[in-house]
Amino acid sequence: MKRIDHAEAASGFIAAKAHQEFHDRRLWDLRLKRDREAHGIPEWEELRNLASQIKEHTLARLADYLEEFETRAKANGAHVHWARDAAEHNQIVYDILAARGAKTLVKSKSMLTEECDMRPFLERRNIAVIETDLGERIQQLDDEPPSHIVVPAVHKLRGDVSTVFARTIGAEPGNEDINYLAETQRRTTRPYFLRAEAGMTGANFAVSETGSFVVCTNEGNADLSANVPKLHIASIGIEKIIPKVEHLGVFIRLLSRSALGSPITQYTSHFRAPRLGGELHIVLVDNGRSERLGMHDFWYSLKCIRCGACMNTCPVYRRSGGLSYGATYSGPIGVIIDPTFDIRKYGNLPFASTLNGSCTDVCPVKINIHEQIYKWRQIIAERNQLPFVKKEMMRLAGKVLADPRLYRAAISATGLALEHLPRFAIYNFLNPWGRQRELPQPPQQTFRSWYLENRSRS
Amino acid sequence: MRVGLFIPCYVDAFFPAVGIATLQLLERLGLEVVYPLDQTCCGQMMANSGAQKDAAGAEALFVKNFHAFEYIVTPSGSCAYHVREHMDAIPQTADVQKVRRSTYELVEFLHDVLKVDAFPWAEFPHKIGLHNSCSTLRKLRTAKASEIDEPFFSKPVNLLSKVRGIEFVTPSRPDECCGFGGTFAVFEEPVSAKMGYDKVADHHNAGADYIVSADMSCLMHQQGCAERLGLDIRFIHIAQILNGDRA
Amino acid sequence: MTSRDAILAAVRAKAPAPAASLPHVPLFERPSASHLDEFRENLLRMGGKFAETKSSGNLADLVRSLFPQARVVCSATAEVTGTRPLGAETDPIALDDVDVGVVRAAFGVAETGSVWLSEEELRVNALAYLAQHLVVLLDPGAIVPNLHHAYRNSRFKAARYAVLVTGPSATADIEGVLIHGAQGVRSLTVVPLPRQ
Repeated sequence: MKRIDHAEAASGFIAAKAHQEFHDRRLWDLRLKRDREAHGIPEWEELRNLASQIKEHTLARLADYLEEFETRAKANGAHVHWARDAAEHNQIVYDILAARGAKTLVKSKSMLTEECDMRPFLERRNIAVIETDLGERIQQLDDEPPSHIVVPAVHKLRGDVSTVFARTIGAEPGNEDINYLAETQRRTTRPYFLRAEAGMTGANFAVSETGSFVVCTNEGNADLSANVPKLHIASIGIEKIIPKVEHLGVFIRLLSRSALGSPITQYTSHFRAPRLGGELHIVLVDNGRSERLGMHDFWYSLKCIRCGACMNTCPVYRRSGGLSYGATYSGPIGVIIDPTFDIRKYGNLPFASTLNGSCTDVCPVKINIHEQIYKWRQIIAERNQLPFVKKEMMRLAGKVLADPRLYRAAISATGLALEHLPRFAIYNFLNPWGRQRELPQPPQQTFRSWYLENRSRS
Repeated sequence: MRVGLFIPCYVDAFFPAVGIATLQLLERLGLEVVYPLDQTCCGQMMANSGAQKDAAGAEALFVKNFHAFEYIVTPSGSCAYHVREHMDAIPQTADVQKVRRSTYELVEFLHDVLKVDAFPWAEFPHKIGLHNSCSTLRKLRTAKASEIDEPFFSKPVNLLSKVRGIEFVTPSRPDECCGFGGTFAVFEEPVSAKMGYDKVADHHNAGADYIVSADMSCLMHQQGCAERLGLDIRFIHIAQILNGDRA
Repeated sequence: MTSRDAILAAVRAKAPAPAASLPHVPLFERPSASHLDEFRENLLRMGGKFAETKSSGNLADLVRSLFPQARVVCSATAEVTGTRPLGAETDPIALDDVDVGVVRAAFGVAETGSVWLSEEELRVNALAYLAQHLVVLLDPGAIVPNLHHAYRNSRFKAARYAVLVTGPSATADIEGVLIHGAQGVRSLTVVPLPRQ
């Protein structure tokens, strides 16, 4: 699998000036809204601590809580399935649909189903899958993955959406009015809710005490998907478990404030049992989560509640866009999860970071993201996945900097080079620093030589 | 009080004035400042690239040079952070642990250890934009980060406020990373440059004549961006202002 | 070995140890002058509306005055008679042309401006989503301070479906511009009215 070149993709993103500037402003605005909400709650930091502790406790006892969840869910009348990996998940979902002759599936946003690449699997088997979240629908119609886990089309401007809708769902070409575009999606999606035989949601939280799960949306599309068709399928990653209903107080208070800077989503929906005359299927999915649980430095990433706050604050993400990471999960959380899926393909992603640590500070469940990014770099270097140039540069630098005399010779040579080489020899394709920046001027003397002249007794 | 002075490689090579100001400042405050002549680097560049094996040599040399000091001071937040929290490519002997515990970034040292309350020799009648590097802000926690819900505090502001004539101006995104990030500046050059351009433009729009920081590496990157952009803005390390350097 | 057994075995084998203890979650009470005022403020902030009425006798009038163009009104509460009956066995699809749905919430949450509804309050869950507009009756005495209080309500353990609804359906997916009426209701109006 070809390694994702984030820098190259980012370069293209930055070149589209209007798009990049909007993207950066929009997500920074969400970060500021998050700050306002957070600072409005005196117990904010305490809530983060509680959320982190609840998750760490649960993950350490996950098997017991999963069993309790299953027992309760079944007692409630729900069917519970278990999928070891993406392929199994997709097959289970297909089998449920096929057994009931379902031909159309309406679904709300679920990163897990993206992770499993479910849509193409079902579509190849003649099941129409309709994304109902506005952002997801835009991306589906444009045959592009979502770029952000909460605002999937944040990288697009209204003109892009207008073009996509005119091409696919009969919107008036050239009409870029946002109300018109949203109304067009509402109008053309509604018939699907009415005629679909099945609806699918993900889940933000699964409560083992009650065997219930919670879906948080703003559009109401998850509730339509779950409450109109008779069949409701919910795909849930095994790490979504929390022990008790009362814990939802902590998580729901943190989730939307972190994600969008609003105190709660418009709809916080709790599903415990199928509705009368309906059917509820829960698919619990592993797909690498149990493996990650065993990683001493990285299991903390399983605490993630998919709020996207890390993406909104990340200065690299805002300037490169989610698609530049080439993975289902992008931004800070993405760079610490993706290498577990494919270390070769995603081996560069932990380097798409300045290690500034803002992500860690905004994470509602206190995942130490920047520290995990740092540790991933060690794994990648150990597994010989560093790009050749970097590997050699580090080997050389390591040697020079371990030896005072080699170091002094190198400094001297660099100084001479910068002083005497013509500009074109310094600023060229071999020197990335110089593409958009000036190099520092070499001084008359180094600090060390000044010290020898002015302070040293020897 | 006797301290060992650690001058990061890029300061030694490109910004010796920062090292000189640091040394002179500590001497003005009555300290005996020793600069071990065979120092090179703290190892962070290799370590931050995951190359622990390549960092080991520089780390061992650092400990060899500094193990006899009770205090090691450096005008670099990223180096101080690396030594204290990440210098583990070498076996953690008693000497190594002592060196790690004893290493301070300059602002920390002035504020928390020496508790300096005046810089009578200093004057800097200019509008300054203070750039808190991510190392000092979020790792060493020398000032409140905007993400965290806590009362305001800032060690660099406390120190700089004691300098005659200083006027602070605040950019719209004071805490956002400037994009240096070590080798990030080279391997992710497009994003790095964009972040740098945004940062210097922000300070410039806020009216800053100077951008000040406790980390010369950030300033080196921002200066490179500002020069290429042709922006009329200057760069100075906090040691230079506190030492009384005039512009 | 079934997938279930394989997953549980893997999770058991890999679980980090020792386990952190489960913390106690406080109620985070804050003194509040009026839960109703706080509720109203947050409801409005979330895009909802608030409509006072003088007495329950005027409810039908109120709905008519709020939605003069409405042809189909479906009520899940005996306090208001709609233009079309609504039973628990009504097919959700039949609600596609409903202009206004009327329900009575079990309780509200001051911290967020949310109202709590379940299949009992909705009769047909889809009513709250297929209707173009929703009117929600709420007893001002049934407003809890915050979500910690809300989640201690035992009805969460009994309801098949329970939803905290906060304002109308909304999205800002296109250029961050806020739209009400994404897929669900275009407006949500809370009417403060004690239970009879």
